[in-house]
Amino acid sequence: MAASESQTATETMKLEVFRFLPDEGELPNFQTYEVPYRDDWVVLDALNYIKDEIDGTLSYRWSCRMGVCGSCGMMVNGEPKLTCSAFLRDYYPNQIKVEPLNYFPVIRDLIINMDQFIDKLGEVKTWLIPAEEKSVDEGEYLQTPAQLAKYKQYTMCINCMLCYSACPVFGQHPDFLGPAAIALGQRYNLDSRDGGADERADVLFSNEGIWECTFVGECSEVCPKNVDPAGAIQMAKVTATNDWFKGLLMPKGKKKSGGDQ
Amino acid sequence: MTNRTGNTTTTERQLIRKMPANWWLKKPAYLRYMIREMTCLFVGGYAMFLLMLAARLDKPEAFADLLASPLAIALQWIALPMAIYHSVTWFNLTPKVLVIWRGEDKLPGFLIAGAHYAGWLAVSAGLIYFAMSGGTDG
Repeated sequence: MAASESQTATETMKLEVFRFLPDEGELPNFQTYEVPYRDDWVVLDALNYIKDEIDGTLSYRWSCRMGVCGSCGMMVNGEPKLTCSAFLRDYYPNQIKVEPLNYFPVIRDLIINMDQFIDKLGEVKTWLIPAEEKSVDEGEYLQTPAQLAKYKQYTMCINCMLCYSACPVFGQHPDFLGPAAIALGQRYNLDSRDGGADERADVLFSNEGIWECTFVGECSEVCPKNVDPAGAIQMAKVTATNDWFKGLLMPKGKKKSGGDQ
Repeated sequence: MTNRTGNTTTTERQLIRKMPANWWLKKPAYLRYMIREMTCLFVGGYAMFLLMLAARLDKPEAFADLLASPLAIALQWIALPMAIYHSVTWFNLTPKVLVIWRGEDKLPGFLIAGAHYAGWLAVSAGLIYFAMSGGTDG
């Protein structure tokens, strides 16, 4: 906290925080804390204040506090938000309700279990599978700015999982691959250096992949990095449909899935 | 274990929170989505009505009776706003599905959606012209 505060800390704000302490055998409940109000504070600052000054038992994840690491996603008044980017001034003087991200299992307080999500990233193979292996001597894999533009938006994903908490389809079907994993699959499928589209197709173009999506579109609305996973999924549906038609018309032709339109 | 309200269960000391049945009332965007999905029933209903009309093409009286029946008139009054809502919401979403690249830039979304609206307008105008001119021929 800076010593030269321009405003005195007489104004306060109430935070209603979700608590779940399995070791104590307590049932989930809400606890209300009163924190000083400062117009340059974000919800994460308020949580840090609670942990440092009021109640050290409160648990939550955070790291960079500047919207890059994707750790501090929580439900703020029912909306999935990065708490490092949700300013108190946008809620003041009303009470703020902080809950763990929707639809994920809760381990403790505001900490969710993200194992499923990490597994899904692995299933989709969200890494570059080179179209052709080259030795270092042969030089780098070249790419034009136009080729980069096709997937660059999807590289902005920080795995914060806000999109999953905005997705009612994921809420009802936890096995749904989900917005971020599919957008990241597209990120590599659309990369001109990548040749792994066929390897990803079985998972990506399955019933639990893109076809589970009913285009609610809220994943793109809550995304703090404008990745637009909803758009990525719909474009993947177009690609999958085109591939299916190509397979129907030219069954003997070499099947090439993926988005190198 | 289940808590007092029965809303939550814990497995291996993890808390699984159930999705409330009224989730679609929790956010205006979810409600708009549900309305969009629901309008398809009326679009489908109107398609059935058109098929029923087509089946009566060789029987002018039955055709006219069906058109004039209060149920059919009610259906059309409800189906029209529903179909418009359906079309408008989906047309507005087309820029997310149809992406056309011009080098390093995407074609702006309003052009993609606008092209759909223009097509809609052209087809509607053509149909109206066809119906009007066909009507005078008898």
